[in-house]
Amino acid sequence: MNTSLIELVKERFPTAASSSHTYRGDETVVLRRELLLEVARFLKEDPALQMNFLMDLTAVDYSTFGKSPSPAFFASSGVAVSPSSQIPDKDPWPGPPAEARFAVVYHFYSLKHKHRLRLVVPLNETDLEVDTLTSLWAGANWLEREVWDMFGIRFRGHPDLTRILMYEEFEGHPLRKDYPVNKRQPLIGPVN
Amino acid sequence: MFDSFLTSRLDAALGWARKYSIFQYPFVTACCGMEYMATACAHYDIDRFGAGLPRFSPRQADVLFVVGTISHKLAPALKRIHDQMAEPKWVVAFGVCTCTGGFYDNYATVMGIDTFMPVDVYIPGCPPRPEMVLDGLMKLQNKIQDQHTTGRRAAAESRPDNLEL
Amino acid sequence: MTTDLEPKTDKTQSAPAELETREMMLNIGPAHPAMHGIIRIVAKLDGEKIQSAEVEIGYLHRAFEKMAETVDYNGVIPYTDRLNYCSPVINNMGYCMAVEKLLGIEVPERCHYVRVILSEISRISDHLTCVGASAMELGAFSVFLYMIKAREYLWELVEKVTGARLTVTYCRVGGVKADLPDDFAEPCAKAFEETRKVIDEVHGLLTRNRIFVDRMSGTGVISQEDAISYGITGPFLRSTGVEYDVRKDCPYAVYDRLPFDVPVGSRGDNMDRYLVRMEEMEQSMRIVEAALRDMPGGPVLVNPETGRAIPAAEMVDLAKVGNIAAISGACAKIGPTLEGSEKAVHASIAADEKRAFLPPKEDTYGNIEGLMHHFKLVMLGHGVRPPQGEVYFPVEGANGELGFYVVSDGSGSAYRVRVRPPCFAIMSALPKLLVGGMMADMVPTFGSVNMIGGELDR
Repeated sequence: MNTSLIELVKERFPTAASSSHTYRGDETVVLRRELLLEVARFLKEDPALQMNFLMDLTAVDYSTFGKSPSPAFFASSGVAVSPSSQIPDKDPWPGPPAEARFAVVYHFYSLKHKHRLRLVVPLNETDLEVDTLTSLWAGANWLEREVWDMFGIRFRGHPDLTRILMYEEFEGHPLRKDYPVNKRQPLIGPVN
Repeated sequence: MFDSFLTSRLDAALGWARKYSIFQYPFVTACCGMEYMATACAHYDIDRFGAGLPRFSPRQADVLFVVGTISHKLAPALKRIHDQMAEPKWVVAFGVCTCTGGFYDNYATVMGIDTFMPVDVYIPGCPPRPEMVLDGLMKLQNKIQDQHTTGRRAAAESRPDNLEL
Repeated sequence: MTTDLEPKTDKTQSAPAELETREMMLNIGPAHPAMHGIIRIVAKLDGEKIQSAEVEIGYLHRAFEKMAETVDYNGVIPYTDRLNYCSPVINNMGYCMAVEKLLGIEVPERCHYVRVILSEISRISDHLTCVGASAMELGAFSVFLYMIKAREYLWELVEKVTGARLTVTYCRVGGVKADLPDDFAEPCAKAFEETRKVIDEVHGLLTRNRIFVDRMSGTGVISQEDAISYGITGPFLRSTGVEYDVRKDCPYAVYDRLPFDVPVGSRGDNMDRYLVRMEEMEQSMRIVEAALRDMPGGPVLVNPETGRAIPAAEMVDLAKVGNIAAISGACAKIGPTLEGSEKAVHASIAADEKRAFLPPKEDTYGNIEGLMHHFKLVMLGHGVRPPQGEVYFPVEGANGELGFYVVSDGSGSAYRVRVRPPCFAIMSALPKLLVGGMMADMVPTFGSVNMIGGELDR
């Protein structure tokens, strides 16, 4: 049962998936973006899958993945303290999508079969555009607006791709890794 | 001599009347609203202090309770509500987010509402317990009692102008 | 941006021969008395009918997801409290279980029970707040007072366990902060008795009340297909007749062992949502009662070997006067704020993974290894370090499926934490719910959405 979801997608779209894995029981298909809409429609309508819920739609900026600076909390005192050891993994994760800064992540759920599937669509920084799923799920509308607002990823064919959480005057996309966490752009009052 | 006696007595009487008939405008945005509800309801009963009746129009209120985190997107609305209130008016910063921004030190939140409007009483806590809110309210009442007849502040409130941030 | 209901273009021309009608734009919010929360709705009205509605959110955006990237794994937990601040423990639990899934660790059975008990109590207080506030907006002020009274009883319970009323930060990655107090079942039964009384009273006041029923039934209707298409979950979806509850369909913790029913409605209107919530409170109490009955291993607050526990302060006093005989073999009963996190109960509430969960408090304060262990988990840049990976973990929040998607790059803080907020989906359907209805129906519909700013805007 476990591998069947990935297999079903791969069987129907042999060229769509660039890779796939099951990590901690979460089945994931990494998808080429050209086929997103077709795969999503297939997921929704295929009787064996019937993924009628688009549970979540988000994105990840992988630009600093694995490059987090090691803690230098005691560097000033000259005492070297190495960070805690990482908890090892028996069944390691294959890693983020290669050579792509962003990944749009979709979580689907089937009410009937009670199974979940994750689709990951890697995107290059030079061409941040992916098809909208608003024609299939009404809920995609706001979720895609949020991804645009937070990451600056455009959705082709979206009816109203405007900022949703931030205000129109806001410049930049705050959840990108290069946006400083406390760079404020107040509408009134001082910049503090 | 007699004149000043009269005015100071009048001040005291006015202050006394004002402090026990607070009409508050709760500007409730976030988590602190839950504790605000708890304070306002039967268990802690803010009505014992003469502040039981929230007015949901700024023009009819004289104390603005700013309850919960204020984001940069919301700040202009809050400022406008404050401007709409008639003098004399007082502002209570309820919860640590309104006092200093709390642990939301990021691009979205205002680091304390006193950066763009005056504040009379700060009630820290995340969220403050109802007892603390009542304590803050009593502090505000003392302040109202001591205020000049015109309702204006004796001295400029909020942080000093030359404070470098 | 004003708070008053100001018609903008409502000037009918005073030509009696040919009456002209115009649409009226009505701006509600961001701060409006009928909205318990900060959103803005711009409605286009034809008389009293809503022609179209635009919903603007984001007024409480506090950058939860960005903040989660800057602190360590345990440091995110206080931020999760403030997502859905009506039911913080459910958020804690969802986040912790997501990280535990990422770490590949399992917490002990008793810990699961403790989390379930607290999160169900949270769920009750969330529903109490939601029903109470929306009833108040319809004019039933005493219902609000009664329900907040009941919530106060439940918060006292929560305070007994966690030390805080609202933002509890009770769960930890790999366990909970402390075990339940010794005599928890008794005050719990008392609080539930009071809560049941309040629920009965509210049923008497509202469920057959003509005014309430007229305003609630048949308003804010949504069909099953639409609800699913919008990704709506929780009581809102169940009111349309879809029996989807994460606790039943993708059981986590120990929900598959506990008896409860999932109430469903049939019409998908405000009345059904009200009834579903009222019934869910009863079901949650059933869960807690069953969990308290079934949970394994009561707290052991004494030294298992000698059976003696002495308050820490007393122990110090005895040691000062040199009365070693009186304290040898006994264990220290540490301060009330740390109660329940002692060595004796530690194993039953914490996962068996020393790299993820804090040592017992006696060790932290009593010996250097314990202190170093604590230090390595707490100090900046150290903390829990899960392997690289990504997981999604859903739990049933009070508003629906609350999912946490956590990506780790192997460092001490999460690379990305994404919340799937249940009321985001519901709010995106709000225009659909409002359009075609009357202006006055907006109030009960918005009330039944149970919009929680912290969760909606994060």
